[in-house]
This record gives sequence, structure tokens and C-alpha cells, in this order.
Amino acid sequence: MIGLEHYLSVAAALFVIGIFGLFLNRKNVIILLMSIELMLLAVNINLVAFSSFLGDLVGQVFTLFVLTVAAAEAAIGLAILVCFFRNRGTISVEDVNVMKG
Amino acid sequence: MISADLKIILPEILLSLYAMGGLLLAVYTGKDKLAGLLTYATAAAMAVLALWIATAGAGNRTAFDGMFNDDGFARFAKVTILLSAAAILVMSQDYMARRGFLRFEYPMLVSLATVGMMMMVSAGDLMALYMGLELQSLALYVVASLRRDSAKSTEAGVKYFVLGALSSGLLLYGASLVYGFAGTTAFSGIIEAAGEGRASLGLLFGLVFVISGLAFKVSAVPFHMWTPDVYEGAPTPITAFFATAPKMAAMGLFARVLHDAFGGVTADWIQVIALLSVLSMFLGSIAAIGQTNIKRLMAYSSIAHMGYALMGLAAGTVFGVQAVLIYMAIYITMNIGTFAFIMSMEKDGQPVTDIKSLNLYARAEPGKALAMLVLLFSLAGVPPLVGFFGKLYVLRAAYEAGLAWLAIAGVIASVIGAFYYLRIVFYMYFGEEGEALDKGRSPVLWGALMVSAAIIGLAWLPGLNLLGVESAAAAAAATLVN
Repeated sequence: MIGLEHYLSVAAALFVIGIFGLFLNRKNVIILLMSIELMLLAVNINLVAFSSFLGDLVGQVFTLFVLTVAAAEAAIGLAILVCFFRNRGTISVEDVNVMKG
Repeated sequence: MISADLKIILPEILLSLYAMGGLLLAVYTGKDKLAGLLTYATAAAMAVLALWIATAGAGNRTAFDGMFNDDGFARFAKVTILLSAAAILVMSQDYMARRGFLRFEYPMLVSLATVGMMMMVSAGDLMALYMGLELQSLALYVVASLRRDSAKSTEAGVKYFVLGALSSGLLLYGASLVYGFAGTTAFSGIIEAAGEGRASLGLLFGLVFVISGLAFKVSAVPFHMWTPDVYEGAPTPITAFFATAPKMAAMGLFARVLHDAFGGVTADWIQVIALLSVLSMFLGSIAAIGQTNIKRLMAYSSIAHMGYALMGLAAGTVFGVQAVLIYMAIYITMNIGTFAFIMSMEKDGQPVTDIKSLNLYARAEPGKALAMLVLLFSLAGVPPLVGFFGKLYVLRAAYEAGLAWLAIAGVIASVIGAFYYLRIVFYMYFGEEGEALDKGRSPVLWGALMVSAAIIGLAWLPGLNLLGVESAAAAAAATLVN
């Protein structure tokens, strides 16, 4: 029987993978965007699982909002990335270093 | 029913309609030729809204089943946010137009970010909180990289975006846990579920995630690493915007969540906030010492100041919230003046941000140097300037709440921090001979600097009584904490 805790474990695992993707990735800013998306989707699993467990629709409504915001966020992230690429000719994470501190 | 709700959120609706209408108007007509006009119109609209909110509102009203609160606390924060955003818009118009990056999207994005901030300080539900926060953040990511042809500006945008999205993710994960363990997203429901001694471990886990997400937004240590890079990389008027209105909104949201949703478990979050506060004060004060770029220095200064504001929050009392509101209002007033000065620093028409360029500035422009001296002394917390009273309030709040160690740490950090502010003063008055900066030629920047310095330099006089901020903040804090 698959219960709430299984869903929460999957979501927690995905969320942690997303965070590690952000910090360990040294290659490509696109991978950062994918990691961010993974984090937000992990939250969605959490919300839907809780919603079904509690028998309360609010969690699913929240999920729809999160999905919409995630789409807008990805669009803005890619737009900023395009500007960055035009200036620097690269999207490698190691090249995001004009400023140091 | 719905019309009563809509009436309560009318200021937000009007501002967002204005932003969308202005965007359409500019696209169909003159595009960037309209940018200057739109910037002034937006500033005027915000000032009118601030006046309206300050005078019309009374009592505590909620809309949409408690999702949106219109209480004294929200109104105090909104007036501060709107006025500071309007001031920054007026200041940035000339600066951006002369450098050719005043686009019509700029005032519109600032309005949308402001709508998001107004939502944040009024949020009564995790969903409203998240939507307000994202509306603000998404607009700010774009504004940070507004200068599309500059490597620094776009890099600031990338950094701000990635770390901002990470913090939103953390906050959202916390929100999902809170929802799951409290069974509701409404703050009024969460505070019942998280009553004294009844908060489950999952709920506290969620709270910690929410706190770390919000700490990112107020740039508290250890979630501060984006601040110096974004402040340095973004164009100066935009840095000025980042350092004012969004800080007030994030701090307001912080206070709102902690007191409205988790007011029953004060003991559980006080230690966390106190730790964030003491780390921010010390890191902000110490790391700023080695900086030579004045924008980077202001970034560390803002980290330290957020530490002081968090000290008021860590008290967990009504007086603590009052102290936070007073501190933020004073901090924003000082920052507007300081950034007006930084924006007017230029040589041969190019912006200069090196501190050493201020050598013997007082000889060339004694009036501006004196105004900047007042602001810097106030930022450092030298009595009797207004900045000192801000610090006094938060220190007193922490001390009365039994956090004497925090208050002592705050005093020590403030002494360390005074060094780098005074170093700028030293350069201005006793530096070495060097190439002088251009004479400032913007009357708007000069006016903003002088008004801000006059308020900071004189509002402590007995008759002026901090211009009534104290009593307004007390009334506002009383509506939040119950």
C-alpha cells in the first residue's frame, strides 16, 4: 500500500536533488533552470499528496498556481540567459564571474 | 460580497490596471519616447495611492475569506513602499535617460513589483503570500538585467534569478509542509494548529524552510551571497530600488508570517531569528571594511541593517514589531538620500563607484558633502541623528524581551560598522589630492539628497518627534500582534 509518507519521501528526494543540482553543477546555466524546475515540481507532489490525504482541495489549487508561476519563472530565466549569452558568448556557470566577492 | 472584497483591494487593482494599460499604451504609440513621461506618471500615481491609503483606511478589514488583510500594519508598510518607489522613479529618470537605457518597461515593471509588494504585506494566506512574492521577484529579476548590453547587469540578473528562484523553492517547500501539517493554508488556521505546545514537528520543519526562504529575500546571513553581486552589477537607480521598497516588503512579510501564522510558537522561532540577526550584523559590518566599490559597500551595509531590523523581530513582541517598522522607515529614508548621492557621482559623464574618487569632495561641493556626512553618520548610528533612534528602538526591544546578549552584540557590531562609513567621510574631507568628480548637474538628485539629509538631520528635534513615524508604527504594530 502506497501511503502519504511514500509520496513525501519521493518529493523530499527530488527537492534535495534539485538543490544539489544548483550547487554542484559547474557546467551549464540551463541545468540550473532544470534544477529549479525540479524543486518546484517536488513541491507540487507534496501539495497534491497532502491535498489527497487531507481530503481538501486547496492543495490542488495551490499546485495550479505553482505550475503557472513556474512557467513564468522559466520564461524569464531563459530570457535573462539569452541576454547574458549575447554579452558573453557562453552560458557556462564558471563564466558567471565578472563580479567576485 | 465580491464587490466589498474588490473595494478593499482597490489600490492594488488600480495599480496593476495602470501597469498593464501603460504597457499597452506605450507599445501602440511612442514606445521608449514615452518612457520619461510614464516614469513621472507612475511616480505620481504611486504618491497619490500612498496618500489615499494613508488617509482613507481605518480599522481592520479582510477580503476573500481572510486571504487579504487590510490592517494598520499593511497600510504603514504600503505607504512606505509606495513613497520610496515613487522617489526612486523620479530620481532614476534623468540618470537612465542620459545613459540611454530608460525603457518604457522600467516604470511598468516597477509598478508590477510594487503591486507584488503590496500583496506581500497584506497576505493572509500562504497562496496569497506566494503569488505576491513571485509577482515582486519576477519583476525584479527583469529590472536587475534591464541594461541588456552590459555584461555586469545581465550577470547580476542571472545571479539574482537563480538564487531568488532557489529561495522561492525553499519557501514553497516550507509552505507545502505547513499546509500538510496544519491542514490549511490560511494564517488564521495555521495559528490555531500551531498553538502553544501543539505545533507538530512537521509544522516546525515547514516554518524553518519558510524562514530561510524569507531570509533570502531580506538578504540575511547566511542567505546573503547574492546581495553584493546584484547591487554592484545592476544599474545604480535599480540598486537604489532594491535597497528600499523590496526590503520593506520582505521585512513586512517576515513579520506578518511570524506573528499572524506562527504567533503561538514564538519561543520556537525567536532563537532562529536572533541567530540570523547577529550573523547579519557582524558579517555586514566586517565584510564591508575591505570594499572599495561604494555600491558593494552599500550591499554589505544593507545586510548589516537587515540584521538590526531582524533584532526587533527577534523580540517577538508588539514593541519589537514597532521597532522594526520604525527602523525600516528610517533606513529607507537614509538609503534614498545616499543613493541620490551615489547616482550623482560621475566623471566625464560616466558613473563612478570607487570610494577613492571622493577624495577631497568637500572642497568642490561642500553642501553635498555635508548632506552625505549627515546620512553616513546616521547610517552608522551616531547620536543624535535619526538613524541612532532606529537602532535605539531595536536594541531596547531586544533588551526588554530578555535578549540582552543580542543587544550587546548589536552595539559591538555597530561600532565596527561605523568604521567604513567614517572612512568615506574621511576621504571626502581629508583625502589626498586626486582628480575631482564632475559637478552634479541633476537638480532632482540634489533635491532628494538634501530632503533626505534634512529629515535625517532634523527629525529628532523635540518638536518634530520623528515626524510622527513612532506613533504610526505603534498603531500599526498593535494591529499585527495580538
